[in-house]
Amino acid sequence: MKQLMRLAVVIIAVSAILLVTISRLNVSQGYSGGNTLTVYNWGDYIDPAVIDAFEKETGITVIYETFDSNEAMMTKIQQGGTSYDVAVPSEYTIEKMQEEDLLLPLDHSKLPNLKNIDSRFMDLPFDPGNEYSVPYFWGTVGIVYNSKQLDGMTFDSWADLWDPSLENKIVLIDGAREIMGMGLNSLYYSLNDTDPDHLQEAYDKLVSLKPNVRALLGDENKLLMASGEVSIGITWSGDASEIMSENEDLDYVVPEEGSNLWFDNMVIPKTAKNVDAAHKFINFMLDPKIAAQNTEYVSYSTPNKEALQYMPEEMVNDERFYPSPELTDRLEVYENLGQENLAHYNELFLKFKME
Amino acid sequence: MENKTTRNLYTIPYVIWIAFFVIAPILLVLYYSFQDINGDFSLTNYRNFFTPIYLEMTLSSFWYAFLITLIALLFAYPTAYLLTKLKHKQLWLLLIIVPSWINLLLKAYAFLGIFGTYGMANTFLETIGIGSKQLLFTDFSFVFVSVYIFIPFMILPIFNALDKLNPTYLDAANDLGASRWTTFRRIVFPLTIDGVKAGCQITFIPALSLFMLTRLIAGSQVITLGTAIEQQFLVTQNWGMGSTIAVFLIIFMFIIMFATGTKRRRARG
Repeated sequence: MKQLMRLAVVIIAVSAILLVTISRLNVSQGYSGGNTLTVYNWGDYIDPAVIDAFEKETGITVIYETFDSNEAMMTKIQQGGTSYDVAVPSEYTIEKMQEEDLLLPLDHSKLPNLKNIDSRFMDLPFDPGNEYSVPYFWGTVGIVYNSKQLDGMTFDSWADLWDPSLENKIVLIDGAREIMGMGLNSLYYSLNDTDPDHLQEAYDKLVSLKPNVRALLGDENKLLMASGEVSIGITWSGDASEIMSENEDLDYVVPEEGSNLWFDNMVIPKTAKNVDAAHKFINFMLDPKIAAQNTEYVSYSTPNKEALQYMPEEMVNDERFYPSPELTDRLEVYENLGQENLAHYNELFLKFKME
Repeated sequence: MENKTTRNLYTIPYVIWIAFFVIAPILLVLYYSFQDINGDFSLTNYRNFFTPIYLEMTLSSFWYAFLITLIALLFAYPTAYLLTKLKHKQLWLLLIIVPSWINLLLKAYAFLGIFGTYGMANTFLETIGIGSKQLLFTDFSFVFVSVYIFIPFMILPIFNALDKLNPTYLDAANDLGASRWTTFRRIVFPLTIDGVKAGCQITFIPALSLFMLTRLIAGSQVITLGTAIEQQFLVTQNWGMGSTIAVFLIIFMFIIMFATGTKRRRARG
């Protein structure tokens, strides 16, 4: 009993010392002072040097946190434990967050650099007039393939994936919207289709692809494609460009039937405490030179028209990652289909996986 | 009198713990399971559970959990038996337990490399002349890795049971002319059945709800109830349906606990 008490006292004392140390450290780093900015972004999605530059220029301390799915990010903002000042959700999540009243409107007078954004990426259906969001990066969904392992085979449409010679070779993304969307697109339907008959057709079409499917994976497929373990993958353009820089045999194509065009956008959530600094940060990220530097690091496609001139030419002229307007016209942005339709998508996707 | 009050005082942390971290979450899960996608009270989730898709999923979860438990038991019993006969048995036991201290995710990633087309397993198969096979993303690799992960938990209780076995019983059986097989069947196995039951429980129940390995090792081709719960919560954001699956999982676990429950009727040293 006595020993137990002594142990308890020791634990409490140690905790108290740690608590004091933490608050001391926080003060010295300016965390508990007023001038901080909490940024909530996807993992590995910013050049750390850009954050340093921002801190130096404005004297604002940036606290940087990351998430790995839109849903997880939204749940955390809803619960409001941390006061995030800037977040980077994808387009359909912005619609959802707007519905749930989780966003603050942007003050465009504080964002003079907004003029640098290519006009075809402004005023999109998910956020008319860019009232709540500014595009950060954009991209497509397509096929990455290793032509060397496939005897020089090339791809230009989703239909090519059904080739019987590809048995057990394809790795898909483990995402209901992406894969159901691929099924719908291969039948020339919209990837926002909610007609149950069309979805059933897409499901049947996908089931006939199953013999060619080796696995459905998340981020692991980057590793497996780069090492040559997997020869065909369905993935996002940004991931594709990342693994293509590691393995030269890989190529990327956006299928001709159509595909997904996606945007990740900077927003200011309702939880923001430092709205002024949040505007400064967004405006800073829209600066052409900063955007160019950031794009070179992240290797996704930037919507910043003025930044293109500061980037290496082979990057800007790469049609695979900066597709022509006529191709992007055939691509579609995910719409928020509502809970019920999403549940139906997921049910079919789950059934497809169990086949 | 004072003794009793202090004893009651000691139970306070236990009661608080159970109330907040066991009973309250279960009640919450139960509460959510009666909410449909719009947050209204309904039984739709329970109706959905009895559709072919979820029933099939339940069956396949049970089948894989059964396979994993059975194979783990087949390897664990002889291993545990061998361990009790060794000179430094505690050290050997420790060596078997040590890998279970490593994070599950790291081990899963290691197997991605080992089972890969150019991995160690295939290099070995090539050298012995079988030729390389596709190992990754198959049922075989899923069961293999799961057994590897659960086997220490199966060995431990069986080892303890075997270790406690009074050796004079074996001598007695031998003196009375029982063959080794009869001794095992009539004496050793019945006396260690509690260890086997405990091992099966610790293996079967988590195996039912495995979800990370189904994606990493089985390439999402094996769908368990755990995978379905993860998807309902994180992707569909249909917490009601996720909770309903969890409720059934809890019910199944209780049934298994009762079916394999160890009755403490024999007091053993």
